[in-house]
Amino acid sequence: MPTKPDLIDVRDLSVHFGLRGGTLGRLVGRDAGVVRAVDGISVTLREGEVLGLVGESGSGKSTFGRALLGLAPATSGTIGFDGADLTSMSRSELRALRQSIQMVFQDPSAALNPSMTVAEAVGDALRVHGMKSSVERRERVVEALERVGLSPVQLFLDKYPRDLSGGQKQRVVLARAIVMGPRVLVADEPISMLDMSVRAKILQLMLDLKQDLGLSYVYITHDLASAKFFCDRIAIMYLGRIVEIGDTEEIFANPRHPYTKALLRAAPDPDPARAVAKDLPRGEVPDAAVPPLGCSFHPRCPEAVAQCGWEARDLRTLLETHWTRRTPEEYDAESAAVGSLDALARPDTSVHVGRGGADAVRSILDRIRDEEPDEPLWRGVADVTDDGAGVRVDFHPGVDPALRRAGGVDVACVLYPDDSPDDSAGG
Amino acid sequence: MTQPELDPVLEAEFQPDVTGDGPVISARDVRVWYGTTRGAIRAVDGVSFDLAPGETLGLVGESGCGKSTLGRGLMGLLPAGAKRDGEVRFRGEDVLTMSPRDAHRLRGSQLGMIFQEPMTRLNPLLRVSAHFEEAIRQHEPKLPKREVTQRALDALRMMGIPPTRYRSYPHEFSGGMRQRLMIALALVLRPAFIVADEPTTALDVLVEAQIVQILNDLRRDFRTSLLLITHNVGIVAEACDRVAVMYAGRIVEQGRVADVFAAPQHPYTRELLRSTISLRTTGLNFIPGSPPDLIDPPPGCRFAPRCPQAMAVCATTDPITIERPGGGQVECWAVGPTDLIPAGGTARLQQEELAVADEA
Repeated sequence: MPTKPDLIDVRDLSVHFGLRGGTLGRLVGRDAGVVRAVDGISVTLREGEVLGLVGESGSGKSTFGRALLGLAPATSGTIGFDGADLTSMSRSELRALRQSIQMVFQDPSAALNPSMTVAEAVGDALRVHGMKSSVERRERVVEALERVGLSPVQLFLDKYPRDLSGGQKQRVVLARAIVMGPRVLVADEPISMLDMSVRAKILQLMLDLKQDLGLSYVYITHDLASAKFFCDRIAIMYLGRIVEIGDTEEIFANPRHPYTKALLRAAPDPDPARAVAKDLPRGEVPDAAVPPLGCSFHPRCPEAVAQCGWEARDLRTLLETHWTRRTPEEYDAESAAVGSLDALARPDTSVHVGRGGADAVRSILDRIRDEEPDEPLWRGVADVTDDGAGVRVDFHPGVDPALRRAGGVDVACVLYPDDSPDDSAGG
Repeated sequence: MTQPELDPVLEAEFQPDVTGDGPVISARDVRVWYGTTRGAIRAVDGVSFDLAPGETLGLVGESGCGKSTLGRGLMGLLPAGAKRDGEVRFRGEDVLTMSPRDAHRLRGSQLGMIFQEPMTRLNPLLRVSAHFEEAIRQHEPKLPKREVTQRALDALRMMGIPPTRYRSYPHEFSGGMRQRLMIALALVLRPAFIVADEPTTALDVLVEAQIVQILNDLRRDFRTSLLLITHNVGIVAEACDRVAVMYAGRIVEQGRVADVFAAPQHPYTRELLRSTISLRTTGLNFIPGSPPDLIDPPPGCRFAPRCPQAMAVCATTDPITIERPGGGQVECWAVGPTDLIPAGGTARLQQEELAVADEA
């Protein structure tokens, strides 16, 4: 299928950040844990391609983008660019590399130095990379500004960021990114801070630059609509992993991962005729420092099954949600029988609940189950046995799904067993 | 979280006391200026609308169009140096001319506000319980403590926040939970009218959709009137009954969402909808140029320099607000009234060419 060669080849990349923890914890040498911002990602970017990384905040998409420029240190894995491994490069090698890979940031006001004129901001990259002649620099700056549509250039060269509109600032940021003649732009939410009527203009400019300069893009966004229009291939990310990746058309025509389906349902649509009550996943992106067992999406997944990784914390959420529906008196009685929920704060697959007697706790659980028999959590409960003053809930062991081939795309979900074992993951 | 089912007693208790069927909020010719060294910025320049009980009005426009200023102006929350004029009636009472003391009494208990960034509106040093207790005591100092707690817990439960979290601090909540906290805080005093200023902009896609659903349920369950300020036409389509499109300090078109979005009359509404990138976008459209300087706006229609349909009359004479075909109002010479356009006024307007130098 790929006709163009791979430009960037990321293999099993992880970026972990250590947590500082409390002062006391550090003194006694207790490990505060790590956040797996990027957790084993393999993906390639082909020459001339637009690859979209789509996900909510905390999905690791921005960290991944920064890692591609060596701005976030890789914990393990490799990033191949032009045959060299970026993760083992020295600072000066990385600096040289950034002539080829450049970044466009989300907030153009924050990305531009307020005390530099447009000419200085765009020319600074050239100076850093060793272009000494100011005449030559000026020439390149003018050329870059014309390329991004800031003409007549004389109107802009000596302006400061505060004199420019949001769209103009983002054009300056793009000019700065292309002035070194890069081959890849990593664009992190390049249009999400802009007004609706300007977004399309900047997106059009990026398409023009791709055409004129033969650029490839890594387009990072939470906005499915612009990704659908702009990208050739899309990787849906959730909590540091790619959960689905494939050609844009296929992803949107036949979303497979329940998370992808949820994102598509949730995208706001300006057509009031289409706006109907939506069946949305509950909750929010979980804490990446202590991710859910099994599949990270299972606590929110409407299609979750027994082996998705059910555990104590899911039971806690279930009880708490249940209590938002009870009267204060019922809540007082039930919470007395269940006792503290602190025991349910850890990722355990076998957990003791309750202090008001096994029968009392059991009847509360039965009641919750009767109210919502379709709650996916019950599929994960293997057994409930009497245990002292409460009950012990045992969950089925979870499976952490890997990316597997499924109908032209790769999906990490137990609902899609492998349909071609020979094909490696990551596309 | 799944939406809590409301028990009918609780629901009845939370009904704002809606008297009669007249509008909850009635704004007439509202103007807000900010003084600057260059002159007065006319941020809101003659805006009129009504909001019926239980109705959600979406106020949509781009940055700088005056939509947030209008929202704050209705609440009396403008910064020092801002001047306002016109008439805003809350159930017949003019809120712009009332004493600061009366306005303070009205805010919170009758007029609620939900902001964009919940974390900047919650005190990090105070527990959730303290936020609620303070809000309730401000307006009902004599309420017994037990009832204060009860009312706070009820409001939280309606927003899907379990009673187990009542003693937590704001930082212990996720972004979506915090926004639900803010909504619960606004609701706990059962106001009849709430201004929500970009309540979902800082949130993730799925959480945004959850909050939109909650706002949707508000009008159905509590007959709360809501002014939803947003730049996102998708949110308007999903959460609002009516929409008011704002451009350069004016509401240029308003009407039922289904009517306005299906058949936009004002060229700005049409261009704004066309430039929005949605899942059905197959080509990129945008509006050339940028909104005018509000210190010295152009004569006539403010959209004329960018308007694809601009006529000679548009550059000289202010458009007149007329009934919108299909209901609502619109102000655009291209829609009418034709008998008031002077001779030769319908000729195509010679517009200056708009380059990137003028873009927004």
